Amino acid sequence: MAVCIAVIAKEVCSYWAGTKACTPSTCGPAPYTFYLQVFGHFFFSPLFNQNYPLYIRSVPIQNELKFHYTVHTSLDVVEEKISAVGKAMADQRELYLGLLYPTEDYKVYGYVTNSKVKFVIVVDSSNTSLRDNEIRSMFRKLHNSFTDVMCNPFYNPGDTIQSKAFDSMVTAMMVQAS
Amino acid sequence: MEAHEEKPIIYTMENKPIVTCAGDQSLFTSLYTSLAQQLPREPMEWRRSYGRAPKMIHLEANFVQFKEELLPKDGNRALLTFPFLHIYWTDCCDTEMYKASVKDDMLRWQSTLRLHGSVDWLIVVVESEAKKKNKTNILPRTSIVDKIRNDFCNKQSDRCVVLSDPLKESSRSQDSWSSFLTKLRTLLLMSFTKNLGRFEDDMRTLREKRTEPGWSFCDYFMVQEELAFVFEMLQQFEDALVQYDELDALFTQYVLNFGAGDGANWLGSFCAPVKRWNGLLLRRPIDMEKRELIQRGEASLLDLRSYLFSRQCTLLIFLQRPWEVTQRALELLHNCVQELCLLEVSVVQGALDCWVFLSCLEVLHRIEGCCDRAQLEANCSHTVGLWTYATEKLKSLGYLCGLVAEKGPTSEDLNRTVDLLAGLGEERPETVNSLQSPYKKLNEALSSVEAFEKHYLELSHAAMEMYRAIGRMRSARLIGKSLAEFYMKKGDPERAEGFLDDSLRSYVAEGWSLQVTHTRKQMAECQKLLQQTEDYLQTSALLAGDANLTVEERKHFCQEILTFASQPPAPSDQTVALSMAAFAQLRQMQFSPPGAVVHVGAALQLELRVRCLMPVAVKVEQLAATLHFSLEQGGARGRAGSAQRRTGQGPQGQGDGVVLFPQGSPLAGAGMGASLLPALELYEMQDRSPSDSSLNSTGVVCKNMHLLLRRHDSSASLDTPTAGALPAAIAVDDGAQMLRARDITLQPGDNSILFTAPTGEPGSYTLRQLCGSVGRVQFVQSHIYPVVQYEVYSQEPQLTIEPLSDNLLAGIPQKVKFTIATGHYSVKKGDALQLSNTDSMPILHSSCCSATILSSTGERVGESALSIQSSEKVTSISLPPTPPYHTLEFQLEVLCHIPPTPFKPDIERLTNGEVRHRPKSHADRGMINIDQKVSIDCPWSIYSTLISLTFYVPFKAKHSILSAGKRKYIQVCLQNVSDTIFHLADPVLTECQPTIPVELLSLNAKTQQTVCSQQSVFCLWEMRWVERLPLCLQCAFSASFAPVSASDAHTAFKPYRYEFQLDRVSTLYSLKAEILPPSGDQHCRTGTLCGLEVSITRQAEPSETEGEEEESTEIEGLRTTKLMYEVVDNSSNWAVCGKSSGVVSMPVAASATHRVQMEVMPLFAGHLPFPNIKVFKYLPHSAVPAIQPDTDSCLENDTMSLLDKGLDDQGDTASIRSRGSVHSVGSGEQQRVLPMPRLEPFSPGQVFYLSQGRQVLVLPVTDDHVMEVNVT
Repeated sequence: MAVCIAVIAKEVCSYWAGTKACTPSTCGPAPYTFYLQVFGHFFFSPLFNQNYPLYIRSVPIQNELKFHYTVHTSLDVVEEKISAVGKAMADQRELYLGLLYPTEDYKVYGYVTNSKVKFVIVVDSSNTSLRDNEIRSMFRKLHNSFTDVMCNPFYNPGDTIQSKAFDSMVTAMMVQAS
Repeated sequence: MEAHEEKPIIYTMENKPIVTCAGDQSLFTSLYTSLAQQLPREPMEWRRSYGRAPKMIHLEANFVQFKEELLPKDGNRALLTFPFLHIYWTDCCDTEMYKASVKDDMLRWQSTLRLHGSVDWLIVVVESEAKKKNKTNILPRTSIVDKIRNDFCNKQSDRCVVLSDPLKESSRSQDSWSSFLTKLRTLLLMSFTKNLGRFEDDMRTLREKRTEPGWSFCDYFMVQEELAFVFEMLQQFEDALVQYDELDALFTQYVLNFGAGDGANWLGSFCAPVKRWNGLLLRRPIDMEKRELIQRGEASLLDLRSYLFSRQCTLLIFLQRPWEVTQRALELLHNCVQELCLLEVSVVQGALDCWVFLSCLEVLHRIEGCCDRAQLEANCSHTVGLWTYATEKLKSLGYLCGLVAEKGPTSEDLNRTVDLLAGLGEERPETVNSLQSPYKKLNEALSSVEAFEKHYLELSHAAMEMYRAIGRMRSARLIGKSLAEFYMKKGDPERAEGFLDDSLRSYVAEGWSLQVTHTRKQMAECQKLLQQTEDYLQTSALLAGDANLTVEERKHFCQEILTFASQPPAPSDQTVALSMAAFAQLRQMQFSPPGAVVHVGAALQLELRVRCLMPVAVKVEQLAATLHFSLEQGGARGRAGSAQRRTGQGPQGQGDGVVLFPQGSPLAGAGMGASLLPALELYEMQDRSPSDSSLNSTGVVCKNMHLLLRRHDSSASLDTPTAGALPAAIAVDDGAQMLRARDITLQPGDNSILFTAPTGEPGSYTLRQLCGSVGRVQFVQSHIYPVVQYEVYSQEPQLTIEPLSDNLLAGIPQKVKFTIATGHYSVKKGDALQLSNTDSMPILHSSCCSATILSSTGERVGESALSIQSSEKVTSISLPPTPPYHTLEFQLEVLCHIPPTPFKPDIERLTNGEVRHRPKSHADRGMINIDQKVSIDCPWSIYSTLISLTFYVPFKAKHSILSAGKRKYIQVCLQNVSDTIFHLADPVLTECQPTIPVELLSLNAKTQQTVCSQQSVFCLWEMRWVERLPLCLQCAFSASFAPVSASDAHTAFKPYRYEFQLDRVSTLYSLKAEILPPSGDQHCRTGTLCGLEVSITRQAEPSETEGEEEESTEIEGLRTTKLMYEVVDNSSNWAVCGKSSGVVSMPVAASATHRVQMEVMPLFAGHLPFPNIKVFKYLPHSAVPAIQPDTDSCLENDTMSLLDKGLDDQGDTASIRSRGSVHSVGSGEQQRVLPMPRLEPFSPGQVFYLSQGRQVLVLPVTDDHVMEVNVT
């Protein structure tokens, strides 16, 4: 049965930029300029690339485009749900957002980390074995694995996830879910 | 209940719990009105079984006449018709009458009830005053009531109540009414509890049997619905809803189980093919048709679901929860579709779409019917899902029935439409008259292409508007996109374009590459239809480089561009400029030479690495980069400086001439806008104070803010093709200088292109735009970021001479390096440097002198011998031929002679302290420097170049005269102030003008010594003379030195010479001091006065010249000079008691002695050094002030220090406070003003202090417990 799992970048990306240390004379003809770069060449503009997929995978592959559209559209509801919770309540907010919306074919579930990275799981409506609890635990697994990815010092926050561990975890989850 | 009143349209069941009335009907009829009114007036608490929360409930009842048929027979579980309470009414007050008829009647009534097992009964006795008064023979003791209680209610006395004067407005009547009503309510509730409980138990039993073969869901449904009805009847909608929800859940579970292979028999009826899809019907509270179908077990799944939902909907609306209806409706519709699928029910294609469409609209209508407009608008988020669903379904129906196709429906499509419409059946009577019923809408929409379009657009726009209103922009765009697809199908690309563009922008902005690709493909199709050539090509270019597409698709789009490019241009057409980003990505640029700074005319190559995104090799006729040329001020800037500035420019500058272009994240790799965005360049800024470089402030500066803060739309315009063409600025400027590469074939993937950069003029060149031409198409990148630039400079020839070591030392040969930067001048054969010679600095040229030629990059190009010719005045160095912008280096040895006369005056005067502030570090160490100017004539200039070299004298010499009685010694101290270690040999002291012969006897043993840096060598000579010493002695010290490192020891030794003059050398006076212990004591003791005897002895007759200087007076034929003596104790060992100084007259004769007695007191015990005694010449005030003794040469230090010491000491020793005038010793000016006696010190060596260094033993005071021992 069809399952799609997606991790979507946070709204406003904090970006690691090349930081240059220099004396003010750098602007003029300085005899010395030195700079240090943090985390290699990783740049991005705050205006672009919000809510882009850090990771998205679906089975079967034929429906990929439809899943992408579904996941993308579901962000509307995710945003709505996040903003519905008051600012003060944001701390106690449950990460699991529950069923975002049902469609005829799919059920879309959402989850938002504290750093506003969004997880979306889409499952077949006909898949009755996946109840709320199963989805919850899937999200929890996903979150744990995502945290591991983030802890990797070689991972630049904001890059698409290419971790093998994460991938295999998702694969296992998909096998289990379908 | 309120719902009844507010919405009279809603038809509800007029059911009320049935209460039967027996007995006196006329009596009851008279009371009925007030009873029916008053019963529901007050709520009653209903305590419920199974721990359900108690409820307050307003009771109503339907009072009917008692009939035996009303009583339920065994097994009949109908609850709605169940009489919950039986009341017997009587107003009998006459015992006789009671006994005669009423009692029998009651008995009959009771037995009937008992027969049917009903125990819920009540007997009401109505008493009225009027009746009582008529019948006066009433026995007051036993009332009828008592009788009845006695007869019927053997244990339940509360089953009989009295209602007194019910029709009167008295308080008594009121009280009896209220107690009656309370009783009535209580009994009713008791009956409910009991009967419903029993019913529920039965129901549960029935449910438990559901695994048995004969069990039918429909039967059970009817039973549980009965309960729901009762709750609804009691206005307990919540409870009623629970019953339906339970049924819903049960059914759902069965369907799921069926899906899992556990099928129940009864489900078979629901698996029948769907024949009717006329949608939900929510306008009736109970759809009796469907209910009957269920009852008969003939309902289809849709019927059951429809009926169930219509009931739930009704109850939810009673409960004022319309938004739950919409939510549940959506769930239901989705669920039904799934369930039909799960049960494998055969459905005509499109039938479900019809059903869903009708149902959506029906629900929406129902909601609209019970909410006002403002409420609806505020709750868009609840209804929009249904709108969207309906839109989707209508769309798929449209596609199914051929209503979207350009040519209209085919006959097959029409057949299908007819079939679908047939399944709708007749329109329901409720909506026949309404104009906008769902049924009519669907009928109309399916009937014609135009009507379909109208309805579809209407729905789509409504849904889009709602999404927009609640901020779900993505959902709105998705609908927009499907609208665009619709328009494209209809062959209306103009209208599709806007929607596609909108979606595309949002996908690009959010970086969803699959959607971007998909939408872009549709966009390309649209643009092709619209014949927007430029946009189409741009989109094609993007698609051709899109990794999400298959290679075939990419090739197709690439071919589209190439085909266009190869077409011969129409006369009106211009070339089409497309964004480079879609075509190729810049990876890196590399300069060769890496510094990217070259001189005019030099070769500079630029290697551009480009990743071509096209799927096939593309032949580019020309790839050109426009250059921006700016003349930099000071074109002939130092090369080194600019080179350093270049390196590390831009965040990717690696300092090796490589400029890397930032790549976006991989997902954006396929030519998406993000990849071109500039990096955020942050610089740490530190502002330091100019004086002491302390930190004033620090911060972070973003250097490319102007790029980052551009408007979102404008920067996206290049990447997402819009109607507008590329900005005009992109137009290629042919006039500017360019980097050009012709006829390149760009292979897919990385390509390397070599450019030769023009270096014709000095200045700075910046790459501005890159343009690749393929036929009529040009791919333009308007900005190259990070900035890539190179510099071309022109330089004047320049000659520098710099020492090879840190300092040049005078006196020994030193190497200096000549560096000629040829600049634009080319050194020809025969060119020579002409150095004008000076005597003090000869140039030592050896034959083996060669020059090195370096290229501008510092590579060694060649080496050739130098020929140096020296004439008397000029040294000529002929240079080897050197091309321009090269460096010529060679070394020469020069020697700077140390000037023989010690030229200290300027520097030495400043020795005390001030010198320290001089900037030259050497001055610290007292190094003397000699500036040598060299004048050089260079071949490229008519002017002479004047170059100054500074040499440092490596030694510092000092001399002093030492005395021992009459014997005299000369000591020369030679200090090595340089950093070099020297060998010193043959120190010789000679007298320069030997007027009187003086023998100088060397006491120096070694002939050669090593002097390390900062070390001193002392040399000593004894003076021997025959007659007498000359007044003035001119001496010259000479020695030879050579650096230890020198290889050739013999030639390396260079002379060092130091000349000085000694004056007044001979000893005039000798001083002797003696400390005498107090009389009778052998030793001095602390705190006791001791005698100090100072004897001053004239040693020699003054010479004539000396005598002139000495002030002498003749008294009684005896020439005397006045001396002042002074006891000075530096270490506070002694306290001088009484006077410490005095003036004595000394006869000018040899061996004349003067003794002075003073008293001193030792302050410490131990071996104390003798106090110091000083003697000065005492010059009376009248005397013409003598010229200050010349303090030059070596004497000054000693003399001055003596004075200084005296002055310093005055704070320490109280005893010399008295000397008063001594202060003015050094100050000549003061002397002229005040005629005071003057003191003048003797030259060193003129006074010899015999007791210098002597010590005397001082014992501590005997009774001193604390002994202080001062060891000096």
